[in-house]
Amino acid sequence: MFSFIGRSIIQKTITLFFVSVVSFLIIHLAPGEPSQVDPLNPKFTPEMVERFKKEFHLDKPLYMQYIYFYKGLFTGKIVSWKDNQSVLLKIWERFLNSLPLFIVGTILTWTLSFPVGIRSAIFRGGIYDRSATFLAYLLISIPGFFFAYILIILTVTVLHVPVIGMETFGLSTYSWPPVFMDRIWHLLIPSVLGATGGIAVLSRYVRSQMLEVEGQDYVRTARAKGLSSEQVHYKHALRNALLPFVTMFGLILPGLIGGSVIIESIFSWPGMGRMAYEAILARDYPIILTVNFISAVLVLAGTFLSDLLYLVVDPRIRL
Amino acid sequence: MTSAENILERPETPRRTRLQELWLLFKENRLAILGLVIFVLFFSTAVVGVILTSGEDPVFDPALIRLQEKLLPPLARPNLETLAHGEAPRLGVYLFGTDDLGRDVFSRMLQGAWVSLTVGFVAVGISVLVGIFMGGIAGYFGQSHIKNDQVIITVIMFAGVVLLGLGKEMAGVVLLLVGHASIVLLLVSKRIFRKRTPPKWLKMLHRNAISLDTIIMRLVDIMLCFPSFFLILTVVALLPASMYNIMIVIGLTSWMGTTRFVRAEFLSLREQDFVAAAKALGIGNFRIIFRHMMPNAIAPVLVSATIGIATAILTEAGLSFLGFGVPPPHATWGNILSDGKRFIFDAPWLTWIPGTAILIVVLCFNLFGEGLKDAMNPKLREK
Amino acid sequence: MNHDKDPLLSVRNLKVYFHGRDDTARAVDGVSYDVGKGETVCLVGESGCGKTVSALAILGLVPDPPGEIVSGDILFKGRNILRLKEVELQHIRGNQIAMVFQEPLTSLNPVFTIGNQIEEAIQVHEDLESKELRDRCIRLLKDVGIASPEQRLKDYPHQLSGGQRQRVMIAMALACNPDLIIADEPTTALDVTVQAQILNLLRTIQQKAGMSILYITHDLGVVANIADQVYVMYSGLIAEKGNTEQIFSQPRHPYTRGLLASLPGRSSRGKRLHSIPGSVPNPSHKPGGCPFHPRCASAVETCQSVLPDMCDYGKGHLSRCPVIYDLERQEKSREKRGD
Repeated sequence: MFSFIGRSIIQKTITLFFVSVVSFLIIHLAPGEPSQVDPLNPKFTPEMVERFKKEFHLDKPLYMQYIYFYKGLFTGKIVSWKDNQSVLLKIWERFLNSLPLFIVGTILTWTLSFPVGIRSAIFRGGIYDRSATFLAYLLISIPGFFFAYILIILTVTVLHVPVIGMETFGLSTYSWPPVFMDRIWHLLIPSVLGATGGIAVLSRYVRSQMLEVEGQDYVRTARAKGLSSEQVHYKHALRNALLPFVTMFGLILPGLIGGSVIIESIFSWPGMGRMAYEAILARDYPIILTVNFISAVLVLAGTFLSDLLYLVVDPRIRL
Repeated sequence: MTSAENILERPETPRRTRLQELWLLFKENRLAILGLVIFVLFFSTAVVGVILTSGEDPVFDPALIRLQEKLLPPLARPNLETLAHGEAPRLGVYLFGTDDLGRDVFSRMLQGAWVSLTVGFVAVGISVLVGIFMGGIAGYFGQSHIKNDQVIITVIMFAGVVLLGLGKEMAGVVLLLVGHASIVLLLVSKRIFRKRTPPKWLKMLHRNAISLDTIIMRLVDIMLCFPSFFLILTVVALLPASMYNIMIVIGLTSWMGTTRFVRAEFLSLREQDFVAAAKALGIGNFRIIFRHMMPNAIAPVLVSATIGIATAILTEAGLSFLGFGVPPPHATWGNILSDGKRFIFDAPWLTWIPGTAILIVVLCFNLFGEGLKDAMNPKLREK
Repeated sequence: MNHDKDPLLSVRNLKVYFHGRDDTARAVDGVSYDVGKGETVCLVGESGCGKTVSALAILGLVPDPPGEIVSGDILFKGRNILRLKEVELQHIRGNQIAMVFQEPLTSLNPVFTIGNQIEEAIQVHEDLESKELRDRCIRLLKDVGIASPEQRLKDYPHQLSGGQRQRVMIAMALACNPDLIIADEPTTALDVTVQAQILNLLRTIQQKAGMSILYITHDLGVVANIADQVYVMYSGLIAEKGNTEQIFSQPRHPYTRGLLASLPGRSSRGKRLHSIPGSVPNPSHKPGGCPFHPRCASAVETCQSVLPDMCDYGKGHLSRCPVIYDLERQEKSREKRGD
């Protein structure tokens, strides 16, 4: 077991290294200069441009830049080119903004998908299954912005729920219950939007897993022993069907740094996605590369966690 | 009645080819059939549309700007007095209304259909080709290892080429010469030492460095570390905007899934008896791959391809929304949708029409793909 | 009235059809058999003749859809259990009628321990304290011949050998002391030596507990070994029925005769083995009349169109071949007339 962990960590570290190199190359080999260094940019005088280049080592060869950049990343000193603030600090702030959205969205997705998927599988072909299936397809196929628009129209005109931003302006002077309520209102639509796509996909997957398990011999044995329907479905079938999902748990991790750009743009939510998007536009390399690096770390950590969980949960794979 | 001897052979059900079986199963799934029908409609609309809207004097002109007619709702009558000759809409009314530049939305939708279709198909085509190639090699030749000496030689040659490219001719040429010499030395040493045991340092050179399978799967892992939408966004934002760039980028960032499927299929197929039988008959590797193994592996690829087209169309819409889609004046459905976002409350049809159209087309691809998947899945078949 | 004479289980004219896309497979097409108290009844036939399906129907385990129990009755201890609701059936399953399946690896849930699964079999029907439960499990494992049962309780199915798994299945089936055990080819997936052990085990258990066994198999050797009554099935119908002696020494159906003749033995050493020409009919496309007639050497005109009833040879020996019946009757009357 420990050899597996050790090998895994080494492999993932090597992959991480390659990812860092590749992302670095992509950014730097793309045509165009970062706005700050663009000689055509009227905002900066040539002297400022020179100074900028020296400070960020842009005049050095590529591999030197690479070393400088990652040194800055690991020591926490790396700064954004746009406003000279520490990148890690900026990311942290935006992360805290995105976090509630992410948490609510994930909870919604995982708590709703399973009952829907399981019910669809047990009553396969029935009205519930067919309507849930159709709804799922609809949700997977709708363009994000379009769906957001429909939701906005609904909530603004029918329910009068505030939609834009994270909080209502000027409300922070009030006591915490209304502030809290206000936050929840603002959180609602974006989270639901983010969750619906996930629910559609996950519930379909749950359904297909349950269906596959229900056809197995041991389910027939369980029934032959005289177990009730509930015990057959929820004790015997479900336990096996859930195995792959435990591993999917680990894959939630990368979602932390995600944050849908589209949702955040529509709702003016100051989150991670928007920050990365703006950084791309402004060619703010430090931010782009840092976000990329962190995301890669999370992906690798997530898959590692998944593998570990799988070892723990499936008795057939105990080493 | 036929004599007993004739019935000695089991009275067979009419024999069906595999394709017919597939079709029959597929047919049962009504939603999937609906998907297929809509796909055919979409395809014909796109083809007809591009014919009708291109050229010097198209039947439906998507680019004609009539500022005086802007933001008219669907089925609005054109104001004939203000229009020059030939500017009036072909059908007599603006079927889907006009946008903020007075362009006929119906024509734009017709033109956009073809672009959305192309983006979807080309992007997925690229990703499927890359995926099959990588997955096939990983699955079939996966156990072949690259030896230490081959790695060293490759590095030397590669460095030589790079140096040449950077203008350091002397160093570059030297390295290339060294590389070629090494190859010759290697071949010679293999012949010399065939009978006798080679010295230890030579043996080390011949050892396995890394297997093809590992290389390819590590590449897949690396690609997977990049959140796909961000990667596409990054590349698209950094490259000059063009339809082809978008297609290529989407294609080059979504081949990983196909690779995994193909590799898994090939790994399991490779162990099966019919491959061993073919090899025993002396059939060459490539023939085995293409004639025997590929047809079996195609199934999951096909399913993921149809769903991939759906995703590509949605991605293009998302990119357009953020301003990175296909550049104007080319119309795509994503374009029209994103242009409409400024006029949500004033001209809702600019959002509803492309949005619903995208929804229907993507839905049909998804239904079709899932229908295929269910039809090909033996476990879900009824007895 | 001697209730012991009434059969414990009585399947009467059972018909189970499977509805496919454009055809219907008549898997069980009018089958009747009885299992008496303490009896071992063997249901013999080739793959696809419907024997397993008929057994599944007893416990209500036929998947519906696509299967459907079209008609017939199944009487267990006098009650028609086909009419029972699911909840009532659950009371019978595992408790009064237990089943042992063919594939022990896939029939055991891979994520639960052996102990867990056996305890569950008991807990469903009886209320015991955990210590009693555990002791009972250990005793059951001992009874089926598993060494060091205390350790085995914590094992998972994949850690046991095929023979051990099947013993666990039998232990599970015995857990609540059922009146009837249905064994569906329990040894087909196992080695021959293990097969012998399992058969002995079943025989011992039956003698000890007075249990009835319905044993489904395609192996005539097994039948000769353990059966009291034998039912030969072909294409969803009973072809012949009798006790072991009658079936093996005086088979009266061409199919049974063909089966017996096909057995390799010392007498056929060095000679070509006998085989029944042709193959089993497709359950969706059966030939008219007697299902065996296309392969039958003794078939006559009527065999093609008329499905024969069972002919009674006395002492419980029945056969569905009127041709042989008529032949024998003619022989007998000729003998009587004196030759």
